[in-house]
Amino acid sequence: MKKNMINRRSFIKGGFAGAAAASALKNKESKAAGDFDHYPNSMGVLVDVNRCVGCRSCEAACNKEQNLPEPEKPFNDYSVFEEDVHHDDNKHEGGHHGGPRRRTDETRYTVVNKYEVPEIDHPLFRKNQCNHCLEPACLTSCFVKAYTKTPEGAVVYNPDVCVGCRTCMIACPFYIPTFKYSSAFEPRIMKCIFCYDTRLKEGRPPACVEACPQEALHFGKRLDLLDIGRKRIRNNPGKYVDHIYGEHEAGGTNWLYLSPVSFDKVGFDVHVPHEPIINFVRDFLSIVPMVLVIWPALFAGFHLLANKKNANQHDQNEKEA
Amino acid sequence: MRRRLRKNVRYTFWIIAAGSLLIYAQPGWSFDPADAPETVTIDGLSELYEPVEFNHAQHIEMAACSDCHHHTVGTVSTRWNCIKCHNNPQESDSISCSDCHTKDRFGSSYLATLDDPELFHKEKPGLKGAFHLNCIGCHQDTGGPTGCEDCHIMNEAGRKRFNVGEYAPNRQ
Repeated sequence: MKKNMINRRSFIKGGFAGAAAASALKNKESKAAGDFDHYPNSMGVLVDVNRCVGCRSCEAACNKEQNLPEPEKPFNDYSVFEEDVHHDDNKHEGGHHGGPRRRTDETRYTVVNKYEVPEIDHPLFRKNQCNHCLEPACLTSCFVKAYTKTPEGAVVYNPDVCVGCRTCMIACPFYIPTFKYSSAFEPRIMKCIFCYDTRLKEGRPPACVEACPQEALHFGKRLDLLDIGRKRIRNNPGKYVDHIYGEHEAGGTNWLYLSPVSFDKVGFDVHVPHEPIINFVRDFLSIVPMVLVIWPALFAGFHLLANKKNANQHDQNEKEA
Repeated sequence: MRRRLRKNVRYTFWIIAAGSLLIYAQPGWSFDPADAPETVTIDGLSELYEPVEFNHAQHIEMAACSDCHHHTVGTVSTRWNCIKCHNNPQESDSISCSDCHTKDRFGSSYLATLDDPELFHKEKPGLKGAFHLNCIGCHQDTGGPTGCEDCHIMNEAGRKRFNVGEYAPNRQ
């Protein structure tokens, strides 16, 4: 009797394997159709680490444009670049190459960090903010659809529907969305929205771009920016590494970067996969509806079958009595 | 008599030859640095900063005209990418920075002009970018001032923007 029975563990295992195999087969056929077709004319910003002089004008402009709280120090105070040096929490951002690591938080949508690299005789500066992914992980992970990717390229956020689960913060490969802990009962994620409401919607560049004196931030159509980036790399041999960060990272981002040194030395995570984050869970997520639909019916059937005999016996017993 | 005439002819020849040589050797002869302004008031950032009085006369002594004015002042550029087209050493009608470098570099109307597939200067910096890229680049090489407030004095709006002075953050 016991020989023929499948124990619960192996049954579940088999169920998962079967479902995974089914979804893998299905995925091969329908991948292209399932992929989000990117907005071809979306705008972006090309950030040239070579040009940034660390003046913090972008930080100041962002603070006023987005009505963010007063900063701890004035925006012309450059001692902030020396904050949090070798902070362990920030190891993901640049590893052990040293240098300070400030992060975006509920009071600042963008920060500029300073990096000393041995091969260059002056410090390098790198601006950090939301990269506005083509297929944002924050958006795809959000179960209340609080995020929207606009045709202009911005990833915007709607606090009215947000329940404060903070899944987006975990999903983002760039550690950008931050939670407004000071108002936890009115959940609010704080992150750069590409100045969508006040500027991008009207075709104007974000406040940081307009403030940048060095044109280290170059606003334009994403596709044009890729051309400009490649041209800059080609026309200035030795001045840039041959890579545009954000062309493929996380499936592509609307903010793109050029750097004179390998990107991990100026605070970029070079291990970010080259496909959208959703692709890593798409296979698994495709099983979920199947499990939800098939399993209840299946187990209800088992239950009924298993109890049929008992029920019949019960009826007979009643008749006899 | 005859000998004297010959001498005169010879002199005249040499003078004309030397004169024409002088003209030939100075293609930019029509542009005279002496005509250039002593100072130029740059007030593109007047929203946040006091205007900058740029000492043009001082900079003439330190840099070649074409270092800032490119091909517009009657000299041929030395940059290979420029002389492909700008090989005619002729002074332009206008040599002012703002005539070519737009103030609203990333505004939609300017960006629309970049859609022209024939356009070569797709990456031409705006006025602010042109100033800073050129000025800071040279100042870094020559030891000139490079700090923001070395050139720009904040006005009230600037101090508000940067939380400086009367707008400095006061933490209890």
